Amino acid sequence: MLGMPDDIWVPIKLTIELATISTLALLVVATPLAWWLARSKAWFKEAAAAIVSLPMVLPPTVLGFYLLIALGPDGPGGVIASLWGARTLAFTFTGLVIGSIISSMPFVVQPIRNAFAAVGDRPLEVASTLRASPRRAFWTVALPLASPGLLTGAVLGFAHTVGEFGVILMIGGNIPGRTRVMSTAIFDFVETMRWREANLLAGGMVAFAFVVILAMTLLEKRFTRAGA
Amino acid sequence: MKLIVLETALAAFLTSLVAQAQADVTHVAVAANFTEPAKEIAALFKQKTGHEAVLIFGASGAFYTQITHSAPFEVFLSADAERPKMAVDNGFAAPDSVFTYAIGKLVLWSRVVDVTNGEAALKAGNFQKLSIANPVAAPYGTAAVETMKALGVYDALKPKIVQGNSIAQAFQFVDTRNAELGFIALSQLHGVTAGTRWEVPANLFSPIRQDAVLLKTGANSEASKAFLAFLQGPEAKAIIEQFGYALP
Repeated sequence: MLGMPDDIWVPIKLTIELATISTLALLVVATPLAWWLARSKAWFKEAAAAIVSLPMVLPPTVLGFYLLIALGPDGPGGVIASLWGARTLAFTFTGLVIGSIISSMPFVVQPIRNAFAAVGDRPLEVASTLRASPRRAFWTVALPLASPGLLTGAVLGFAHTVGEFGVILMIGGNIPGRTRVMSTAIFDFVETMRWREANLLAGGMVAFAFVVILAMTLLEKRFTRAGA
Repeated sequence: MKLIVLETALAAFLTSLVAQAQADVTHVAVAANFTEPAKEIAALFKQKTGHEAVLIFGASGAFYTQITHSAPFEVFLSADAERPKMAVDNGFAAPDSVFTYAIGKLVLWSRVVDVTNGEAALKAGNFQKLSIANPVAAPYGTAAVETMKALGVYDALKPKIVQGNSIAQAFQFVDTRNAELGFIALSQLHGVTAGTRWEVPANLFSPIRQDAVLLKTGANSEASKAFLAFLQGPEAKAIIEQFGYALP
């Protein structure tokens, strides 16, 4: 494709696949979690929020190390893998998705939680006086009002997964077409002194990061203006 | 009386300054597979000479890239012969300072399957994942691929290969049993009794000559030169051999 050699193109494709699948899964998991964190009055709420935020502070090597054990034959990953006769979830695309979901979770939960909190009680109370069930109020009132937060969360989750390196290096096994994503491919190119290829991918990453941050800022501006 | 105390203190201070000037520090970039022997050698080196060798561990490929970008290392203990030579050729190291400090032995190790007869185990292929170090960046990875090619099993095993970024990671994959077996350095199994192993016959792969070199940054450093001299001495050689390397 576009005259690019396979060892450049395949990691790009794989990275986009990984980020897309992880982002969709993240939205499904993070939205109810963020809703609960924003609305619940449970005493352990902030402790749960802190656990979700851990990957933001922990070095990727800590996550990678525990994931390697958790995904392996001695951990829950090995149990799941045994369902289809494999021994481990490490070195698989599924393993990378699990790793990405965990390490990108705080970047998705945080903005969605803030958005839900900003909606406040009032619109939901109004909805309930109009006889909307809580479920309906969530889908037709809270969710649309919080949509800028969801969008921000999705973009951040996608971007963070694209930029994930340490965790993938430690659980991926560097298999072309399966676990060799852009960030690890760049590392490999640098290590093996193929600086032209490294440059090509790294330059692309810089451009991508710039576009993401710019788009985020512009989106935010637009929403604040629309909200004002 | 007070003056005498002051004089003594001053003398002690000056002596300590002189001692510090003599006891130099050298920064040594050490290939991951040589971690354990390097620690023992550095400890003995300090005991014998008073100089301190600060060890930095990592993959040889990464070290070379860092050296070409003025990394603050004075000595480079590579896992191969190629990178020290390149360092000399490209003007990053002192010419004539290259020597082979150890010759690596390759071993097939498993904590899951029986690899006592490694050749048979590889040919049978009763496993899902085989761990090796990155063959382009790490010499032990190259040796692993050469071995599989020599045994005629490379094409059959290729889909099962997972790569660690360094030989240390290749070890980690086998140790956590995520990969059933893997090619690693014999030196990594020093003090390890778990699992089964097969020492790969030396005729199946080209010798893993591990070369050391004095970098340009260390050309005037007494400690760096002393460390390289110590590395070739009998005490260091005994440690190197004890950790499962052959000597040149």
